[in-house]
Amino acid sequence: MSAPADDRTEASTTPVATSDGRHHAVVFVALLALLCIAPFVLYPVFLMSVLCFALFASALNLLLGYNGLLSFGHAAFFGTASYVAAYAAKDWNLTPELAILLGTTAAAVLGTAIGALSIRRQGIYFAMVTLAFAQMVYFVALQAPFTGGENGIQAVPRGRLFGLVGLDNDLTLYFVVLAIVGCSLLLIYRIIHSPFGQVLKAIRDNEARAVSMGYKTNRYKLAVFVMSATLAGLAGATKALVFQLASLTDAHWSMSGEVVLMTLLGGMGTVFGPLVGAATVVTMQNYFAGFGAWVTVIQGAIFVVAVLLFREGIVGVLSRWIRKPL
Amino acid sequence: MPVQVLFGQLLLGLINGSFYALLSLGLAVIFGMLNVINFAHGAFYMVGAFLAWMALTYLGVNYWAALVLVPIVVAILGMIVERTMIARLAQLDHLYSLLLTFGLALMIQGVFRNFYGVSGLPYSIPGELAGGINLGFMFLPNYRAWVIVASIVVCTGTWLLIDKTRLGAYLRAATENPVLVGAFGINVPRLITLTYGFGVGLAALAGVLAAPIYSVNPDMGADLIIIVFAVVVIGGMGSILGAIATGFGLGIIEGLTKTFYPQGSSVVIFVIMAIVLLVKPAGLFGKVA
Repeated sequence: MSAPADDRTEASTTPVATSDGRHHAVVFVALLALLCIAPFVLYPVFLMSVLCFALFASALNLLLGYNGLLSFGHAAFFGTASYVAAYAAKDWNLTPELAILLGTTAAAVLGTAIGALSIRRQGIYFAMVTLAFAQMVYFVALQAPFTGGENGIQAVPRGRLFGLVGLDNDLTLYFVVLAIVGCSLLLIYRIIHSPFGQVLKAIRDNEARAVSMGYKTNRYKLAVFVMSATLAGLAGATKALVFQLASLTDAHWSMSGEVVLMTLLGGMGTVFGPLVGAATVVTMQNYFAGFGAWVTVIQGAIFVVAVLLFREGIVGVLSRWIRKPL
Repeated sequence: MPVQVLFGQLLLGLINGSFYALLSLGLAVIFGMLNVINFAHGAFYMVGAFLAWMALTYLGVNYWAALVLVPIVVAILGMIVERTMIARLAQLDHLYSLLLTFGLALMIQGVFRNFYGVSGLPYSIPGELAGGINLGFMFLPNYRAWVIVASIVVCTGTWLLIDKTRLGAYLRAATENPVLVGAFGINVPRLITLTYGFGVGLAALAGVLAAPIYSVNPDMGADLIIIVFAVVVIGGMGSILGAIATGFGLGIIEGLTKTFYPQGSSVVIFVIMAIVLLVKPAGLFGKVA
């Protein structure tokens, strides 16, 4: 981005700079404990959906919140991985871990291609380019012979993990999903707080300066784009097994918009924001499912309100109150 | 390959190109002045088509009156949106205005989808333009010829307005240096509001022109605007004439693809975008990357 990002920078640097991250560990452990009890209280499939979207939004946040690149085409990676994993599990009878791995790899390859092209434009153009490429992926998904067109790939078998553990039980699958998402979130946390992550933030705040300090910013941007796409793919592949379905919805532009909304609402550039945003949006969709197209109107309204009045997001505001980065 | 098929697809390409040109022109005008990518552009185009349909169905206002009135109404709506919302984000990162207009687009589309469903409503071709001419090698429906002519006239008019008039000179100056132009006593915020109104008015005009060709439905703008974004990336937003030429050119290329390789027609513009990004990242007519 050309101009230094004003209020987003502020949000990420106001709290104590010398934080040792101990409170992050506390939040992580508390969350984990909560999520271990949750499936005995709430419907596990709903929780798995929240977890998958939390990972999806966190993947986008890695790119948007920490590198300042707004991708409006992340559904391409989510959807592609979803289709590939579903196809591998159903038509090739692969075990779930291999199906997920294959789906994620497909997203990584696609992410490398789209990323390398998209980072050639900056700021607002970047958003348009990623959106356009995602639409291209959508058209391919619509027409390709193996995607099932309008029907998608249905009745995907969940299979047996490593050929041993059957995943047809929702509760068993839940803990597998929790492990996948939990490890990925820790990985994202590690990336953000590594020297590499510091360079990403430097590029976000002032790219020209990062260049003048000798960083090859395009390499960093491509690297984080591929990481983000890969993790978005992991979320999509996992989702395909949870719902036993890969469909056009996964690759549609409205999915890209939804994940941006989750990130924005929860708090861009915060560790826990995307989780809160995903939980909020998924809950809202479940709750308002009976209202039909009004859900879109409500989502649009939340976008407008969040942008006009609430740019820090939920976690951003919390973080300001307790004066610690979350 | 029968000649009729080729010319038929070329005509279809020119029609699509007319809409690409009108919409990317509006996007470029708005972007030049506000530095905002108007994600709601497709929604305003859809609103234009719907208002024409509603005016005819509920009020009996005919096509020709709608062609004048609807863009004015939508321009006023747009100016209200600009004053109340977009202007408040002027000092922030441009990504926020993109997100704002995306939210607006979702809201507008959702409301129309609730009341009118997604099946699409018919809008009949005005009597004066019914029928067509047999050119010998193909049949040219009058309405389609009118759309192409109207689009060319409006695009040329906009170019003349911006490049050759005093108002256009103010606009271009304010794009370069709003502070200095303001110091000369020109009301820059008002100029910005008018520009946004004019841009979305163009989108609404395209919507009215489109109503008799495509069925009027709430998603008509969303699908189109993504392609128009690609058109804008290919052309670059540096020049008005560039936006017009790119719009028509890509429409024709799409038509040709439909004739010779139908499977590729939905992705050809995106493939061209990828090639342009590789070869000339700033776009064909763009100034800076």
